[in-house]
Amino acid sequence: MIPILGLAAGILLGLVFDPTVPLWLQPYLPIAVVAALDAVFGGFRARLDGIFDAKVFVISFVSNVVVAALIVFLGDQLGVGAQLSTAVVVVLGIRIFGNAAAIRRHVFRA
Amino acid sequence: MTGAAGPAEAGEPADVDGAPPGGGEGVVAPQGRSARRRRDLVAAGLIGVLTLLLGFALAVQVRNADEAQVLAGAREEDLVRILDELTSREDRLRAQIAEQRSALEELSGSGSRTGKALQEARRRAETLGILNGTLPAEGAGLTLTVRDPSAGVRVRDLLDVVQELRAAGAETMQVDGVRIGLSTAVTGSAGDLRVDGTAITAPYEFVVIGDPQGIETAMNIPGGVVQTIGSRGGSVSITQSPLLVVDALRPLDRPQYASPDDGD
Repeated sequence: MIPILGLAAGILLGLVFDPTVPLWLQPYLPIAVVAALDAVFGGFRARLDGIFDAKVFVISFVSNVVVAALIVFLGDQLGVGAQLSTAVVVVLGIRIFGNAAAIRRHVFRA
Repeated sequence: MTGAAGPAEAGEPADVDGAPPGGGEGVVAPQGRSARRRRDLVAAGLIGVLTLLLGFALAVQVRNADEAQVLAGAREEDLVRILDELTSREDRLRAQIAEQRSALEELSGSGSRTGKALQEARRRAETLGILNGTLPAEGAGLTLTVRDPSAGVRVRDLLDVVQELRAAGAETMQVDGVRIGLSTAVTGSAGDLRVDGTAITAPYEFVVIGDPQGIETAMNIPGGVVQTIGSRGGSVSITQSPLLVVDALRPLDRPQYASPDDGD
């Protein structure tokens, strides 16, 4: 319940305040969002599997975001930021797909 | 397991977490339970904060992407059209800028015109104040002293002195500390003269601002002031001075019947 409330409240706040993203954050924000989404999907799947652990969720959430941002930062420094961003998004996307499939199996039993 | 969740908030993700170790719920000691509950609360709070952040970032990023990355996926012809639109908009804005700029110039021009008019009006007021005797004045001029030992100088002679001084180019003057203005009246009788109602006594000292040389010459012409006063038994001495101060003031009479004609 709390995650859904938090998500809804966050989206509302974001829409209401509509802040401009500072320039230095612009390359990392989308990647961080995708990484966090991955963590959330993973948490949801774990919950349905009955193996949810708050500690694991919090740590995986934070580390996902940090590592994803770090990879993009590293890519930027190496001159392959765009490619590494794509790589991160692809990997995270695959994971999200996998988690979504597991969730689907739980929800629809199919 | 669901029964075990009873004391904690039902449906919290946290109580699922304890589940897989499996049904060993009853084994947990009471103090362990309260510690665990506290941990669950902290975890729930953390999860709430993290998801809130995620939602916020998501919304912000979606908005941001709306604005920034809309062009990245656009087709070439769309880009050309957008570029055209932007160019024409730029032209419009440039025209607007030029318009505003000329308006600004006009306004600041009128501002300086107003400033000049104000300056002119102030200058005029000063001039009128000096002529009228409402402002103190200083400048080159001369001191003209009329001695009248035999009390023979009459009203007419004094008026003559004033008129002659004016005619010779005196700009403003005072006599014995009384400023001479447009409506100055000399009254009384010889030996007991009054200027604007103020008694003056011989010697009558005129402080005059105006061209010193010209005025002195005019005073000394045959039939002029010096000769007239001399014929009344008095004498005139004139001292030129590069800087004199006429500091006696006259009250300003506000016209009762006359008002300015705006000129229709």
